[in-house]
Amino acid sequence: MNKTLSIDGQEIPFEDGQTIMQAATAAKVYIPHLCHHPEFTPHGSCKLCTVKVNGRNCSACTFPAAEGQEVLNNTTDINEDRKKITQMLFVEGNHFCPSCEKTGNCQLQAVAYHLNMLDNHFPLFYPQRAMDASHPEVLIDHNRCIFCTLCVRASQEQDGKNVFALSGRGINKHLIVNTPSGKLKDSALVADDRAAHICPTGAILIKRTGYTIPIGQRIYDHHDISDVSLTTAEAQHDH
Amino acid sequence: MHIFIDKLVAEHQFKTTDLLAILRAIQARYHYIPSSAITHVAKILALPATHIIGVIEFYSFFHLHPQGDYEILISDSITDAMLGKAALIDLLSKKLHVAVGTVRDDGLVSLANTSCTGLCDQGPAGLVNGHPLTQLTPERIDLIVTLIHQHLPVEDWPAELFAITDNIKKTDVLLTQPMPLGSALTAACTRGFTETLAEIERSGLRGRGGAGFKTAMKWQFCREEHADTRYVICNADEGEPGTFKDRVLLNQYAHQVFEGMTVAAAIVGATQGFLYLRGEYSFLYEKLSSILHARREAGLLGENILGQGFSFTIKICLGAGAYICGEESALIESLEGNMGIPRNRPPYPVTHGYLGKPTIVNNVETFLAAAHIALHGSADFANIGTQQSKGTKILSICGDCLHPGIYEFAFGTTIKDILEACGATDVLGVQIGGPSGTFISAQEVERRLAFEDLATGGSFIIFNQTRNILDSVTNFTHFFAHESCGFCTPCRVGTSLLKQQIDKIVEGHGSAGDIVALEELCQLVKSQSHCGLGQTAANPILSTLERYPELYQRLLKKISYEPGFDLNGALATARRLTQRDDAAAHLAQLGEDYE
Ligand SMILES: Cc1cc2nc3c(=O)[nH]c(=O)nc-3n(C[C@H](O)[C@H](O)[C@H](O)COP(=O)(O)O)c2cc1C
Ligand code: SF4
Ligand code: SF4
Ligand code: FES
Repeated sequence: MNKTLSIDGQEIPFEDGQTIMQAATAAKVYIPHLCHHPEFTPHGSCKLCTVKVNGRNCSACTFPAAEGQEVLNNTTDINEDRKKITQMLFVEGNHFCPSCEKTGNCQLQAVAYHLNMLDNHFPLFYPQRAMDASHPEVLIDHNRCIFCTLCVRASQEQDGKNVFALSGRGINKHLIVNTPSGKLKDSALVADDRAAHICPTGAILIKRTGYTIPIGQRIYDHHDISDVSLTTAEAQHDH
Repeated sequence: MHIFIDKLVAEHQFKTTDLLAILRAIQARYHYIPSSAITHVAKILALPATHIIGVIEFYSFFHLHPQGDYEILISDSITDAMLGKAALIDLLSKKLHVAVGTVRDDGLVSLANTSCTGLCDQGPAGLVNGHPLTQLTPERIDLIVTLIHQHLPVEDWPAELFAITDNIKKTDVLLTQPMPLGSALTAACTRGFTETLAEIERSGLRGRGGAGFKTAMKWQFCREEHADTRYVICNADEGEPGTFKDRVLLNQYAHQVFEGMTVAAAIVGATQGFLYLRGEYSFLYEKLSSILHARREAGLLGENILGQGFSFTIKICLGAGAYICGEESALIESLEGNMGIPRNRPPYPVTHGYLGKPTIVNNVETFLAAAHIALHGSADFANIGTQQSKGTKILSICGDCLHPGIYEFAFGTTIKDILEACGATDVLGVQIGGPSGTFISAQEVERRLAFEDLATGGSFIIFNQTRNILDSVTNFTHFFAHESCGFCTPCRVGTSLLKQQIDKIVEGHGSAGDIVALEELCQLVKSQSHCGLGQTAANPILSTLERYPELYQRLLKKISYEPGFDLNGALATARRLTQRDDAAAHLAQLGEDYE
């Protein structure tokens, strides 16, 4: 007997041990997300994937699927909150999309498109954050970091290197590099590492590849992230 | 330095779980954690240096940069503010020639604010190199300044500067009835541990840390888990501003608290216990350690307790300045030597707690009450209180009243009776349960102390008619922004936005739409945050906005849009640079006078 739960009224099968996100993705139901990636241990921090499970807010990427759960996902209210959370991520950092190499391939931007975000809504923080261009092949622009820890997890779980970590508390949260100098150039990171390619935003970029695909011909210039995410979820979600 | 660290880490048996204790010792010695120390600790503990840096930057009492030889922290609780803290910190700053939040050039002294130090009934309070300073006055500040300029070690300062009183003002069953050493444990053994759990169930005891979860049920869950090891943790983080009852309980009733933990351990089958003591209370460490020692000597801890064949030990672990570590899963992370970031749940600590093993976390007072029930049975406890809130609650009463201190009241007591007991007159309102709780106005004093009406972990702050409620709202909102762990977006960004927004309104730059925007933001932070901190961070604004909408409205300008900053103020630098001060170099806040 297959176990099922319902998402917005649609019956969805799941296996024991799956999260709501995993069950939804397998059934081709998109739940917006940024810190989740199917290949890595879930983190549960961005809160974009919040769904209502039997009336309670839960993070779909960490919450276990269970028999008979009634999940609300694609509702006006929930998407409105998700939009505000996305706006929070925008104002917290410095995201000047038109001048960012990642534009069109950026998941933060794509989620904003998907949620029909038309302005920042909140006052901008304009934080002062440095860049780390020390590495010959890889660049970190901290202005665009949303603290999703995907680079941290990719480096630990796939590259076996532990190059990145988050440090600091509250609004002072920041990404640090595991080298005595704190500089990326002294780390074991190479351009082929998964961690160098996993960033959902333009915070970690491979140098000299920024414009190989012209703006206007990039993924989210033509496809909604909900489709991209579901068609590539099990394979490669990163670019 | 390496010799010192080698020895230190060896004393901690090379355990990564002891990282906070190791860093505390390094910080105490050098007044910061030098980078060479980080590299060395990382090497011998086989931890990534980033892990250690992460921990240092997470906790307020650890620093990557040198602090003064005399590190002075002044408590920033609203109650300290009400006792004149602002003027005193200014005085300190002036006399010591050091700006707040900085280290003096010669490195002798550093001065900063810190979150509530739990001495609200004897403030203004502070800490110097971790030692608590109470009842600060201009005279005491003069003395402190002199002592510092004499370079006298803090250990040799006059004892009266550090005097702490317990101020127990009203006792009921828990604080009155004596409990001979070992009696509760003996009673539990005689009755049988399963039957003792049933007795606790019958007593109706609910957690005293705030959330009010049924204690017996929590212990039952933990006991039922299949596991080779289980843990019992006593939560003495007591970070909620205005709360100080756990400090007093540990100072005077520690035997009972430890006995409650031991009964719990026997019931759930745990062999290791922890007392997680907030860093601000490190002055209790020696005393508590010697009590633990005495209990071991008396056969009440250690191997084969009371000859019953079970073993249990308790270790005291100190925090390092992080309110979030009161949240049980963040506390467990901290005990494991990590940043205090709340875990994703499920799984809950009762199944996957400390080092992944079944763990119960309870408040100090919960263990005290459990020991009481183990000794006296459930009947007299269950006869007190209301249907849903049995027994008594120990309150830390502070703010505007004649007799601040510790009060034990039966659940169901009205706020009015409490106010009368502590000598509060001319009351404007009461903050019940601290910043994360509720503000009630003087019209609501018939409401009751109870989980089903006004729940509190112990904080009870009284404001009289001379107070401006928005001062406390601002103070509390800043507190949450400062203490947010930063893990999840809604709280990390949301608490900072709340702070900006409330400052904007209070400073008179708010306009028509701002209140609606503020309320929307409050709801978002409340409903979307990962843990209790974010979920309650908007309570100070929400509970006062509901009761005093006109207070907020009055501050708004009568225009539909107002820049979020002071236009004229923003020109100050330009004026200074151009050496101008004529009329044209000033700007009116546009539209101020228009409807
Ligand atoms: C931000 C935050 C801070 C907390 N601080 C404390 C605290 O200082 N002491 C405490 O006992 N519980 C605190 N709690 C509640 C604990 O998570 C937990 O519920 C409690 O320790 C359980 O013990 P009890 O059932 O005996 O109340 C806090 C919760 C949150 C969300
Ligand atoms: S650099 Fe990118 S991948 Fe790493 S935490 Fe920041 S946003 Fe996430
Ligand atoms: S709600 Fe705040 S304190 Fe809790 S996890 Fe989120 S950021 Fe951390
Ligand atoms: S995707 Fe679930 S919290 Fe980020």
